[in-house]
Amino acid sequence: MFIVIVGCGRVGSAIAKRALDAGHEVSVVDSDPLSHERLDKDQLTTWEDAGGRFTVSTALEIDGLIEAGIEQADVFVASTSGDNTNLVIAQIAQRRFKVKRVVVRVADPGRASWYAEQGLLTICPTQVAIDEASRVVLA
Amino acid sequence: MYVIIAGAGKVGWNLARELIAKEREVTLVESDHARYRVVEEELEHAVQYGDATELWVLERAGIQRADLVIAVTGDDEDNILICQMAKEKYGVQRIVARVNNPRNLQHFRLLDVQPAVSATDLILRLIEHEVPEYGLVQLLALEDEHLEIIELEVSPGSSAAGRRVQDVELPDGSLIISVLRGCAGFVPKADSVIQPGDQVLLILDPGLEAQITPQFAPNGASPSA
Repeated sequence: MFIVIVGCGRVGSAIAKRALDAGHEVSVVDSDPLSHERLDKDQLTTWEDAGGRFTVSTALEIDGLIEAGIEQADVFVASTSGDNTNLVIAQIAQRRFKVKRVVVRVADPGRASWYAEQGLLTICPTQVAIDEASRVVLA
Repeated sequence: MYVIIAGAGKVGWNLARELIAKEREVTLVESDHARYRVVEEELEHAVQYGDATELWVLERAGIQRADLVIAVTGDDEDNILICQMAKEKYGVQRIVARVNNPRNLQHFRLLDVQPAVSATDLILRLIEHEVPEYGLVQLLALEDEHLEIIELEVSPGSSAAGRRVQDVELPDGSLIISVLRGCAGFVPKADSVIQPGDQVLLILDPGLEAQITPQFAPNGASPSA
């Protein structure tokens, strides 16, 4: 599979490395060139030598997304630090580039659940933490 | 009419003032606390503190009964989301969104957040209108109707100069609706002669500009090149 990931923070970079290890083609986009370090951290080779791609671009820049290969992507992951940025680029991936599988990280449970109802695959770390912590606390 | 305005920057604050002066019911929502305190001194209960991209903040502002939601924060993603949720989740009939970066206008369109207003774009159009060498000026885009009105200057030596309106070679879907000459304008007839230096107004299907402009440019070149 060809996976495009926008946002190379803790979550994005970890998914990227895991996907590359699993043998997938991975292209990562982030506006901060230094975020690339997360991809090299604890690895034997550099991200590029391992076969990964990295593009410096802001999330809403269409040229950057195309350079990263969004037109060929089988999976698109929106994992920047901004909920609204993620929700907008996820919808761009879905509607404009017709990416089949679009995964969006949304910290706010309210927006996450409403956009999930609209057909986006939202993942809400806050909701996961709430559920998990409640389970432990109330055990 | 009940209006919710997201973002109490210069645009939002002044809009709120104007609408309140016109006796509209207005709630302004601002997420920066320091800014909120400043605006609250003047607008009092008409401003609320909170992030207007959060559902509960919109609901506290009464979005269920809003007739109009205006998103004018400094962040295009926020403006898109606020308007999208207002329309699609809460059924607000009318929205207006501000576009900060004109390059993002395509995203507003894609996600059907309309009308989207870009100050940069408006000023650019005014500049184009004031600077004749740009040649083509878009005066009005009726997006839902798929029509636009443009203004073109007739260059000396162009194929349209000296011709009758009916003889100007225009593609189907375009029509000369007005001629501006000197300080006056008139609606031409089929046999009105177009003169070099005239400004002509055309109504057309969007996308035909490239076929139209060569008729008005010297030697058939594109005037904006």
